[in-house]
Amino acid sequence: MDVLKIATAGSVDDGKSTLIGRILYDTKSLTTDKLEAIETKSKANGFDYLDFSLATDGLVAEREQGITIDVAHIYFSTKTKSYIIADTPGHIEYTRNMVTGASTSQASIILVDARKGVVEQTYRHFFINNLLRVKDVIVAINKMDLVDFSEEIYESVKSDFQALIDKSEYKEQNITFIPVSALQGDNVVDSSKNTPWYEGQTLLEHLEKLDAQDVFEKSQARFPVQTVIRPKKDEFHDFRGYAGKLYGGDISIGDEVTILPSLTTSKVKEIYFFDQKFETAGRGSSFTLTLDDDVNISRGDMIVKSSEKPIVAKQLTATICWMDSKNLNPGTNYFVQSGSSRILAKVKSVEGTVATDFSGEDTAKNSLQLNEIGKVQIQLSKPLAFDAYKNNRASGSFILIDSQTNTTSGVGFIE
Amino acid sequence: MEILEKKVEQLNETVGNLAGTSVLKVNPLESEAIYIFREVVAQFEKPVLLFSGGKDSITLVRLAQKAFYPGKIPFPLLHIDTGHNFPETIEFRDKLVEELGVELIVRNVQDSIDQGKVIEEKGKYASRNSLQTTTLLDALEEFKFDAAIGGARRDEEKARAKERIFSVRDDFGQWDEKNQRPELFDHLNGKIDLGQNVRVFPISNWTELDVWSYIEKEKIEIPSIYFAHKRKIFVRDGMIWSAEDDVVYREDDEVVEERMVRFRTVGDMSCTAAVLSDAITIDKVVAEIRESKISERGARIDDKRSEAAMEKRKQQGYF
Repeated sequence: MDVLKIATAGSVDDGKSTLIGRILYDTKSLTTDKLEAIETKSKANGFDYLDFSLATDGLVAEREQGITIDVAHIYFSTKTKSYIIADTPGHIEYTRNMVTGASTSQASIILVDARKGVVEQTYRHFFINNLLRVKDVIVAINKMDLVDFSEEIYESVKSDFQALIDKSEYKEQNITFIPVSALQGDNVVDSSKNTPWYEGQTLLEHLEKLDAQDVFEKSQARFPVQTVIRPKKDEFHDFRGYAGKLYGGDISIGDEVTILPSLTTSKVKEIYFFDQKFETAGRGSSFTLTLDDDVNISRGDMIVKSSEKPIVAKQLTATICWMDSKNLNPGTNYFVQSGSSRILAKVKSVEGTVATDFSGEDTAKNSLQLNEIGKVQIQLSKPLAFDAYKNNRASGSFILIDSQTNTTSGVGFIE
Repeated sequence: MEILEKKVEQLNETVGNLAGTSVLKVNPLESEAIYIFREVVAQFEKPVLLFSGGKDSITLVRLAQKAFYPGKIPFPLLHIDTGHNFPETIEFRDKLVEELGVELIVRNVQDSIDQGKVIEEKGKYASRNSLQTTTLLDALEEFKFDAAIGGARRDEEKARAKERIFSVRDDFGQWDEKNQRPELFDHLNGKIDLGQNVRVFPISNWTELDVWSYIEKEKIEIPSIYFAHKRKIFVRDGMIWSAEDDVVYREDDEVVEERMVRFRTVGDMSCTAAVLSDAITIDKVVAEIRESKISERGARIDDKRSEAAMEKRKQQGYF
């Protein structure tokens, strides 16, 4: 079955958890025991209606404060698809969680409160979805019940949002507007009688039509080698298999390939998936391949088609989203990890911060704080095979690992 | 109709293979799990797979086989035995291990009790489930395992919904839920300090139905207690408990009767309730799960102790 990963974003009290609860409720995904727990708790908390946020806020601190701290994953399925929702917190200090949620999602739902319209937070949410090049963005204009389902208000929010789209860099993004009331269920799963002027699909109808093929758009085939399989069994005496996950494009038997960074060439001999052999492997699949020649390949190398080589270099420029409470300062060492490749690197310079509200760059800044986004020059100790993020999301992104604390300090999108 | 379509699909796959024009189609959840297994083996020195004999850990074993074929599974299995396992599960475990030719390590909760490290719970709701944590942490320490692979899924429980794929634990096995590493794209960070270890969850993104559908599609063998069978049971607090053995404490006025039941999870017998069922085959089990209105852990008494029961156990090192 197809799997569609969706990230949700919205300010505090935009009704994000209520929307997710509503989707679960209307698709009959909430089991009786979970529903009963929500009913009991809602009553105990003095709510007149079901507080669906109780279904998603999993940590004690979250329930105490009534806010979402960490990304939660919520699952439901319809006849056609399995859905995974990454529910990300809307507070400004939690930008890192939003970036995290969006990094593995094909689609994103941005909530806007119809009464408040486009606010500063909306700018940030859309900016991050744009930066990460999330293919489909759904702008759910929520709480329509509180503005009498006014078409005028809906249109005015929509035109305010259009101003943001005009400033964005990733123009190919599909953006869809839907007027909803998460609390009452209008246009979430079932279409609403209250919005006769709206002729589009409901939120779920729209999601059902999205292509759930792959998080990453089709581009060029990239096969980072995770591990080399040498069985040492009589039957597979000389077997040398390169195990990995394929991104961007397909690979077939007979394809002429180049191994990076060594630039050795060979041809694909076999494609194994468990005990079966295949002619072609589709993008997104994990498999093991063998080559015609006995070449020296180890973890961290990348196999590509010889006609589609990526960049191989020891320096790169990237937009970084910083996720560590310790600032990013020039001259510091970090590990750059992209897929199976992990290389010691030095941050040469920070060339300023980028405002997440589309207001431009601040080139006077030369360090990055938690939740800041900026342009950075990085010097690698060894050559890395990579692409521009806009061409390939997998090989165009990386994480920065603090060499002392081992924590994941930031994420980079290569120019 | 669906069955017919499935048959045609299978036939096409076979024909495709014979003609050598086959295309490997992506099952995104399977592909992700295999990717995670390979990252574990590449990034850690001494991984181990936590094997309970339940359907999730059996699914993990199949995925591990796929990840390293034609090589063998490159890590041992570790079973933390509460001493309250269903006998069918233990039988099944030993058969599977023999077939695969992998190493099985068993560590017993009873030993931890005998050593005075944990105290057996008393009363009507006594369970050894939470006692497992101590035995698990001791075993990780004893063998210096730096990565423990488990079959936990995010859909099971709301604290687990916040869990990472590589979940870093400190020397005491504790989960610091408010300070987790972000996980972006497929870039998994397995760098840890000496003394720390990582819990790895390859089927994080699977649902209960995904696991069952996979077991059906792959024709994976599972212990017989997952299928409907006649069993002596008694009902308490609306839940069905096994009365076949002395593990579950029973009051004198709790009536034993014989019914057709099956288990949806096979944890410690003292905290695992059964459901009434006629599903004697895998397709019927899948159909039942699809229609079910009760969540899987709705039959786990250990989660009913409090709203935050799982979160608390995880902070103490439970997986």
